[in-house]
Amino acid sequence: MAPRMIRGAQAVAEAAALCRPQVISAYPITPQTVIVEELAQMIANGKLEAEFVNVESEHSAASVVLGASATGVRVYTASSSQGLLLMSEVLYNIAGMRLPVVLTCANRSVSAPLNIWNDQQDSISLRDSGCLQFYAENNQEAVDLLLLAYRVAEDHGVMLPALVCVDGFLLPHAYEAVDVPEPKEVDAFLPPYQPLYRLDPDEPLTFGAYAEPDKYMEARYMMQRAQEKAISVIQEAGHSFEKVFGRPISALMERYRMDDASTALVAMGSVIGTIKDVVDELRSQGQRVGALKIVTYRPFPKELIYHALKEMENIIVLDKAVSLGSGGPLATEIRAAFQGSPQPPRVSGVIAGLGGRDITMDTIKRIISQAQKEVLEAEFVDLREDMELEGVD
Amino acid sequence: MDTSHLFASGHSACPGCGQAIAARLVLRATGKDVIIANPTGCLEIFSSNYTASSWEVPWIHSLFENAAPVASGIESALKATGRLDKITVIAQGGDGAMADIGLGALSGTWERGHDILTICYDNEAYMNTGIQRSGLTPYDASTTTSPAGEVSLGNPRLKKDLPQIAVAHGLPYVATASVGYPQDLDKKVKKAVSIRGPKYIQIHVPCPLGWRHDSALSIDIARLAVQTGLFPIIEIEAGQLTSARKIGKKRGVEEYLRPQGRFRHLFESPAGQQELKKIQEIADRNIERYGLIRAG
Repeated sequence: MAPRMIRGAQAVAEAAALCRPQVISAYPITPQTVIVEELAQMIANGKLEAEFVNVESEHSAASVVLGASATGVRVYTASSSQGLLLMSEVLYNIAGMRLPVVLTCANRSVSAPLNIWNDQQDSISLRDSGCLQFYAENNQEAVDLLLLAYRVAEDHGVMLPALVCVDGFLLPHAYEAVDVPEPKEVDAFLPPYQPLYRLDPDEPLTFGAYAEPDKYMEARYMMQRAQEKAISVIQEAGHSFEKVFGRPISALMERYRMDDASTALVAMGSVIGTIKDVVDELRSQGQRVGALKIVTYRPFPKELIYHALKEMENIIVLDKAVSLGSGGPLATEIRAAFQGSPQPPRVSGVIAGLGGRDITMDTIKRIISQAQKEVLEAEFVDLREDMELEGVD
Repeated sequence: MDTSHLFASGHSACPGCGQAIAARLVLRATGKDVIIANPTGCLEIFSSNYTASSWEVPWIHSLFENAAPVASGIESALKATGRLDKITVIAQGGDGAMADIGLGALSGTWERGHDILTICYDNEAYMNTGIQRSGLTPYDASTTTSPAGEVSLGNPRLKKDLPQIAVAHGLPYVATASVGYPQDLDKKVKKAVSIRGPKYIQIHVPCPLGWRHDSALSIDIARLAVQTGLFPIIEIEAGQLTSARKIGKKRGVEEYLRPQGRFRHLFESPAGQQELKKIQEIADRNIERYGLIRAG
């Protein structure tokens, strides 16, 4: 289908509808709500056949899709920020129960201070939950990664929930040209969900039994193996995607002008668009700068990342989240990927764009020149100079 | 068809556990075409130690506070796939899960009108974690977090009226029952299953460990709770009281309280003696409110 100029929320909702979920449950929170409002309207207009369950909290939204998924149907939900944190107990549980629930996270900062704007602290805090995590650069990827997420999550070798992360406001509220595929293409790429097990009186099974110390670790080990296996499943799904839809997808990561680069910027999500513009500008001035976009954050494709970055002199990792008391979560893992290598690149980590602060091209250029002089540990960039920061020095 | 083993033996409940007996009675009444969502708690732990399970019906445990929304999801999936007519969805758990930590989620489930039977096995405290006070712990009961002591007479609050909370949600069927009256319980579960929409049954289930009584007395104690008026067993349909089990010969509350260690302190001090009068007043109010004694 030809690309249409549509709002991100509509594109994501149309993509979700194309995946034919039978149960959708959600609770309002900015900036996610625009997505599920679109889905509710589709159901109200008879364009989508699904049960839409209006719950009293995100904890219950996640619980509803858990129950429905265990009954053997495909499900969808979406959330942001505090909503995602309220879901987190359930998402850990969904992962442990190996249910392929898929949700869109419209990334937003977490409170306090209360702030509704974008960063990625919410989904990053679910890093260890067992959920697969994909980060979209633009609304086309928000659509494409959603289709891919279902396919990977429901793979019988994976069977884990997946978060498709889209930067709040910057994507769901933005109008972009998006190619939303035809239903028959999506059906070819994503066949109906085939559960391995389901709640069914004709074949009664016990779900969610408790495990004593002699069995618990094995369940967690199987989740780790499923995460590792997901790397190849994602690659395979990416190839299949290109065949069915006739256009490329960056499923695990994307190298941008990395050939012969000596400095690489690494980041996730919409900021990559700005970074690419900076790379183009600096390249035109003869600087050997490239960018590496991490699309799949869980499982973390560390070998591919290592090979993509091993020739660099300078790596600059931009995190839109912070592990308070440590540093940038992505930077920490990129550094770890080079642990023990003979001549590790210099890895700088910067924290930027928290709570919706703009990350401009000038910001990125400044970071690059600074990181070429010295290694930055966990530098908060673009801090105000006119505010007294209590407790600092 | 013999369905007496849908909740199979071999589980690890304590001797005399009222909840285990009641859970078995519930499944006997519903038959096999059910799906159960069960929160964390004694019932879950003693019935589902991987790789064993006592459940001969599809059964899911997720978390402590979400059995009702998990059941909502199951019901919605059955509706979406046209299977709801043949299957009864049950959300069942203890008083901690249903009346306290899961009450907001339960309220949402009731308000949305899902075709789900909710069952609260009311043993009046958090027994699985070691007998802590819940919102359904009765007045003056000594628990590990509302202990009797030099300046305490146990739990200072009245039992939360969860059946009336259910009624306020406009449920078509709300009932209380007791493991001490299995035929009454059987009848109520069958009636609930026959009604479309949200239903609620609260079943009083003694816990010998937590109530500190002889495990051979569970059924007797359950019946005394009803016969004293402290746990009236009633039905409220579409907001109207439609049945209340009458008390043949009224028993004083002391008869119910005395065999239970959780009330022993009331018999050991003058202040406790005063409290016994207050508990008698609670029973008398119930008798009056629900018309538990036949007139003339």
